[in-house]
Amino acid sequence: MSNIEDRGYAHPEVLVSTEWVAQHLNDPSIRLIESNEDTLLYASGHIPGSVNVDWTSDLNDQIRRDYITREGFEQLMSRIGATKDTTVVFYGDKNNWWACYAFWVFQLFGHTNARVMDGGRVKWEKEQRALTRDVPSYAKSAYKAEERSDAKHRAFRDDVMAHMQAKRQLVDVRSPDEYAGTRLHMPDYPNEGALRGGHIPGAKSVPWARAINPDNGTFKTADELKKIYCDEKQLSPSQPTIAYCRIGERSSHTWFALRYLLGFENVRNYDGSWTEWGNMVGVPIEK
Amino acid sequence: MGEHGGSADREVNETMTSLPKLEATLEMFDAFPDPADRTNMLLSYADQFREVPPEVATRPFPENHHIPQCESDAYVWALKNPDGTLRLHFAVENPSGVSAKALATILDRTLSGQPAVEIAKVNCDIVERIFRRNISMGKGMGLMAMVDAVRALAKRAAATPA
Repeated sequence: MSNIEDRGYAHPEVLVSTEWVAQHLNDPSIRLIESNEDTLLYASGHIPGSVNVDWTSDLNDQIRRDYITREGFEQLMSRIGATKDTTVVFYGDKNNWWACYAFWVFQLFGHTNARVMDGGRVKWEKEQRALTRDVPSYAKSAYKAEERSDAKHRAFRDDVMAHMQAKRQLVDVRSPDEYAGTRLHMPDYPNEGALRGGHIPGAKSVPWARAINPDNGTFKTADELKKIYCDEKQLSPSQPTIAYCRIGERSSHTWFALRYLLGFENVRNYDGSWTEWGNMVGVPIEK
Repeated sequence: MGEHGGSADREVNETMTSLPKLEATLEMFDAFPDPADRTNMLLSYADQFREVPPEVATRPFPENHHIPQCESDAYVWALKNPDGTLRLHFAVENPSGVSAKALATILDRTLSGQPAVEIAKVNCDIVERIFRRNISMGKGMGLMAMVDAVRALAKRAAATPA
């Protein structure tokens, strides 16, 4: 099923197709944002008119493990020439992990006029659509951001502890081996320092990739997602839910699917994730 | 996580090679600490990537030449010359495998024509020296696996009579 509006999503407006993007390349009210894990990819070719937003240098605080401040977000939006009225459309590599991560960070600052391009960069490439190395230049904007507000979308370790103790819904989106504690990191990725393996007690394992169609990276239909998250895993859309992975990138993808595609009313992303929980002294862990 | 500490001097000492072309290339990268400069250099190498010629291998490429852990779906071949030197060839199936193509070009340019016994000594740390901040989380392991695969082929070739 290719039409996003026919897939039964709770909020279909947050997802746009590659064709929609192709038709809006020259729309001044749209700002395309590429967010990748591979730092060379944007420079090697990107969708015409898109700007690069890097998760480490643009979205993360450069000293603390935290996100940019209001002032940092204002500078970022000014750099990419976006105003409050600009519709930002994210896409990227790794099946939109970092696009969803950037989308999520933008929500911390209340920029709700945001979309994700379904299928991400790989779908655009597979369709042999245009890429360019020309880096666009936009006039700087004057963007007055809200103070960052984490409470609605972001969970911290104390929130997770209380959530776990109350036996509320936790979703571990890592690979089955990471969930089981037989490995401390993603396959083919470096071990970034978690001292313990396993998962947060009570968390249900739903690897992030179950939300997408493996052939083109697009999100599955609402009915298919409900079968996985609601029927198979018995997660209720009306109950508070926290998703986590290793540093919060894969769980941003699941956060997006739960919140916007399935309409979960209260879902937060625990970006501390396993690199924090797996290192904390004395916290409970299940294997 | 793609950001590497330590002084440049220490990195140089740890990855010093006895392969003059490789050493010169590494020194050139050392001279450009700015990530934007390195990005341009790496893209230039990636653009010059030449796939394994059909007289050496054609699709579907044999699995025993596949480089494990490399998400760019890369393959490597090492042909031994009568004088004991090697000629390297690569294939990178992922069209977004820019880093893999850049490294493949660098390895080909600097190691092809060198003695197998010397290539077998190449340290995987050259990946950090070349890519530095341009190495992304998922790429580092795969790129080091490329160097490892070259080294393994070189060791095998060095142990085999010409």
